[in-house]
Amino acid sequence: MPRPFHPEGAGQLSVTPSESVRRGAERELEMLESLLALGGLVLLRDSVEWEGRSLLKALIKKSAAWLVYHDLFRDPLNWSKTGEALPEGPLGALRAMCRRTNPGPVTIALDSLSWLLLHLPCTTLCQTLHALSHQDSCPGNSTPVEPVHVLGLLHEELHGPGPVGALSSLAQAEVTLSGAMGQASAHILYRRPRQRPTHQTQWFSILPDFSLDLQRGPPLELQRHADPHTPPVDPTTQLTFNLHLSKEEKEAKDSLTLPFQFSSEKQQALLRPGPSQATSRIFYEPDAYDDLDQEDPDDDLDV
Amino acid sequence: MLAPAEGGLLDLLESSQRPCVLLKVPRKHGKLTLLCDAKTDGSFLVHHFLSFYLKANCKVCFVALIQSFSHYNIVGQKLGVSLTTARERGQLVFLEGLKSSVDVFFRSQEEPHPLQFLREANTGNLQPLFEFVREALKPGDNAEAAWRCPVLLVDDLSVLLSLGVGAVAVLDFIHYCRATVCCELKGNIVTLVHDSGDAEDEENDVLLNGLSHQSHLILRAEGLATGFCRDVHGQLRILWRRPSQLTAQRDRSLTYQYKIQDKSVSFFAKGMSPAVL
Repeated sequence: MPRPFHPEGAGQLSVTPSESVRRGAERELEMLESLLALGGLVLLRDSVEWEGRSLLKALIKKSAAWLVYHDLFRDPLNWSKTGEALPEGPLGALRAMCRRTNPGPVTIALDSLSWLLLHLPCTTLCQTLHALSHQDSCPGNSTPVEPVHVLGLLHEELHGPGPVGALSSLAQAEVTLSGAMGQASAHILYRRPRQRPTHQTQWFSILPDFSLDLQRGPPLELQRHADPHTPPVDPTTQLTFNLHLSKEEKEAKDSLTLPFQFSSEKQQALLRPGPSQATSRIFYEPDAYDDLDQEDPDDDLDV
Repeated sequence: MLAPAEGGLLDLLESSQRPCVLLKVPRKHGKLTLLCDAKTDGSFLVHHFLSFYLKANCKVCFVALIQSFSHYNIVGQKLGVSLTTARERGQLVFLEGLKSSVDVFFRSQEEPHPLQFLREANTGNLQPLFEFVREALKPGDNAEAAWRCPVLLVDDLSVLLSLGVGAVAVLDFIHYCRATVCCELKGNIVTLVHDSGDAEDEENDVLLNGLSHQSHLILRAEGLATGFCRDVHGQLRILWRRPSQLTAQRDRSLTYQYKIQDKSVSFFAKGMSPAVL
């Protein structure tokens, strides 16, 4: 019997013994199922613009028949000192889950890993997550145990590449949320053991009851191609002045030699200066007041 | 002109076909509204929200770390509220950071002061400040508690980083405020953070991103990319996170340009300022 789910923020933990995953034929269930099929850590990386909490809730709803809710939201740091809070805080709660007693399938959802990463050293968190997701068997119990699913929500912008990379290397599946034109997309990276990592991109939206609605592809506005090539408009048609040349004007234009163009006729003319092309000379008649002093022709030296 | 000049911001949020979540008595819990500004001064939003909630008869706890009481009072009077009157009749609890920070040093250490972190060498946490907020907003026992939902207003959080508090400590403070004010008391929180932009302030980025992830509504005031303009003072980006109806995703983000006038702010679509049309 599912319990009502409180939607609030950081520091919540849920422990859910789940039924075996339903094998539906519908494609809508494939994405969630493939994420939950692998044991181990599923990392949901979201950003401010594309939030991942709704997808986390959809995954929880998919995998859970029975929900146990650990409220670490109200007083995670034990400020109220009323004794209600767990003595070691969230880390103590996580470590307690590492020592599980029932062999049934378990899904642990962490909202959010970012909160834990900001308050705990990265190494401690990684070791605890590794211990959580690799619980192979209870001591003294020979029956094989169902794998543990750990779903963690991580806010990418809050952390540097080091811690994010460390958590990502622990994860069996990594879902990065982005989108375009108001439509969310999930880029999923699967790291199945002894296989190559595989990628998948899925466009989706989450319905109010936290079920997933998969879309076929990116929104239509992205797929629309550019408009077909329109014929160019002739700009010379409707002018108040005349840009066209008549036939005579065209002929005159074509036969014009440019003044500074060095053609063979010009070359000949320069090489053989005829008497009609005498070089220019200056004729100077000094009058009475001129004093032609070759050393000081402008008469401005103050000597 | 998209919105009338009077009461611009509220009409703006309503006219974009999204029910105004600011004042509706929330069914489950209150909302955290994050104001941030980049390359401009977003304090006009703080003044707007202060006068808005006071006029709506809400109990307001205002943690004012930036300006003095008289500054907010003068601006409030232009917007139609009197902070002095509100404080006298118990509607407004005002923590004047500038004045009371001096009291920290002249007080005996048995009584923790809300700004106790100023006195500590290794700034621990903001628990005393949270206790002050919780005390201020807890519902009164007598019948004078006729106020509507409680509201916490903080101006601003970036200055706490400058005063030596770590970003994680500020995030924890807001976390606890959310647990008490939003979830327990069903009230709202409005807080202002500055965006350092290119200045590469890592602590401020962690604070801004961490708060963005916790918020329901983000109002971001930005200066124009082309520089200062006399008729258009900036642009406002509105981003709804955690949409409660989970329906039209297309309306999640809107951008308007604005001009601050003496008694109001007018909003218009990009490029549609009456001065440039």
